[in-house]
Amino acid sequence: MSALAHAAVDPAASTPPPDETTKRSWTAYLLLLPGALWLGVFFVLPLVQLATVSLQSRYPGFPGYYYRDVNVDNYVSALTDYAPHFLRSFVYAGLATFLAFVVAYPLAYAMAFKAGKWRNLMMICVVAPFFTSFILRTFAWSQILADEGWVVKTLDFLHLLPGGHIINTPIAVVAGLTYNFLPFMVLPIYASLERADPRVIEAGGDLYANGLTTFRTVTLPMSMPGVLAGTLLTFIPAAGDFVNMELLGPQRGKMVGNVINDQFLAIPGGYPVAAALSFTLMAAILVMVFLYVRRFGTEELV
Amino acid sequence: MATMTDRPTSSTAYRPSTAKRVQFWLADHFVMMSAIAVLLYLFLPVAYTFAFSFNDHGKTNIVWQGFTWKHWKDPCRVAGACESLVTSLQVGAISTLVATVLGTLMALAMVRYRFRGKAASNVLIFVPMATPEIVMGAALLTIFVQGFTNIGISLGFGTIVFAHIMFCLSFVVVTVKARIQSLDPRIEEAAQDLYAGPMETFWKVTFPLILPGILGAAMLAFSLSFDDFIITNFVSGNESTFPKFVYVASRRGIPAEANVIGFSMFVIAVLLVVGAQVVSNVRASRLKE
Repeated sequence: MSALAHAAVDPAASTPPPDETTKRSWTAYLLLLPGALWLGVFFVLPLVQLATVSLQSRYPGFPGYYYRDVNVDNYVSALTDYAPHFLRSFVYAGLATFLAFVVAYPLAYAMAFKAGKWRNLMMICVVAPFFTSFILRTFAWSQILADEGWVVKTLDFLHLLPGGHIINTPIAVVAGLTYNFLPFMVLPIYASLERADPRVIEAGGDLYANGLTTFRTVTLPMSMPGVLAGTLLTFIPAAGDFVNMELLGPQRGKMVGNVINDQFLAIPGGYPVAAALSFTLMAAILVMVFLYVRRFGTEELV
Repeated sequence: MATMTDRPTSSTAYRPSTAKRVQFWLADHFVMMSAIAVLLYLFLPVAYTFAFSFNDHGKTNIVWQGFTWKHWKDPCRVAGACESLVTSLQVGAISTLVATVLGTLMALAMVRYRFRGKAASNVLIFVPMATPEIVMGAALLTIFVQGFTNIGISLGFGTIVFAHIMFCLSFVVVTVKARIQSLDPRIEEAAQDLYAGPMETFWKVTFPLILPGILGAAMLAFSLSFDDFIITNFVSGNESTFPKFVYVASRRGIPAEANVIGFSMFVIAVLLVVGAQVVSNVRASRLKE
């Protein structure tokens, strides 16, 4: 684990300024070429293809056959017919991201400042559940939140659950999304807190700031790069996810990921609109990421 | 762990009043207790997966019906369970190997060289990580079905591997890059001063130093590949991986045999990680002596 931890976490403490150490050489292109080619052929080209598909039209009467066209109607349909799906995706993903932040922060904080020799063990504990299949764990939530389960029974007993159900509601979907992407929130926050000097935080206390003020003015700003990376790493996959909705959510009121998946894989002739939906989703996310990074920005994300 | 030991603890720095100390104790332990609660929350579904692998279930495995060993005795009894596991392991091994090699080369280029197009390369590496899986899956499906069929590619094992190498690559680059950046380049300069050629310097000095980063990246790549469902679902055709098997089965009710396999993979992975940790600890303590 320490390998992973160090790779992800180690600050570049002792690196001299880049100008002294980097070389100019054709070797760079040789090193870069195979990987860049791979990304070109299997990432960039497919996106170009997706863009052309999103403008295709279908042959009337021949489901599954399309012709090259500039059919903007696909985008109109994506933005009007499926606007509620987009809205749900972003609201559920936003809620899940916020909840994941609230749950992840104490854990990341404890790992960075309180864990001592238990730090590596806690690190393993954060990653370990993810070796059990993602789908199996999501399915386990459908057992945990089932009407016969102890969670629902306890809440019912306390009269805290007016509807009597959690499973097959949006609450279950948000709970599943929060759970599934939690480590992507914990690890970056931990990484940036681990670089912070705990004495700076203690200084806040020494200067008679109370816990909350110290947290708001000292600790949180220091961990901002991690919070930023963590929210992005949670929000992006959550907004595109369809598995949590499929396994935990209601029959009606799906997210945009479900529509894309069904249009591509279950409904004949769905390609162009599904491609337009995918492109719109990607564009929306890139715009949000851009605005968000500019608002709370740090210099480097990668 | 060295970073922890050279930080002075607060108790040696000053002596706070009793009231303050009680407050600190509560604050300290409150954070630690909530952290432990979060860890329990993370493990809750794993515990359910384990418990329900013993469920003597009928058609669906949702409600507890009674204890049985039968799923553990023969997890391959369910058609497709073990076949899909073997496919997942093969896909994971090949994708990890290729992505780790290509990604490490890219990371070396990105850290150690200046060249025209570096910013563009950075974007090319970053954007796949910021793209939702469903978009990548959809894009790959359209090109495999409409574009690459002309050159004889059809959906199956090959296309799964192509896709997995692609989405693992960026994560490998980022992980290895961080390791190379934390390295002091003067060590390599010293090797060259001692008349080591570029190849000798790389294999005898650089490579052993970045190896932990490469292994970490490989582990990350394998776990990403092994657990991927969304992209695989788009590009797999009739081929089935373990996550796809579980997902397809979930419509009828996941058989407990899948829980057996999933939980066993969890145990194996944890043992490997803990083992690697112990080995590196032993090595570190030997180096100190």
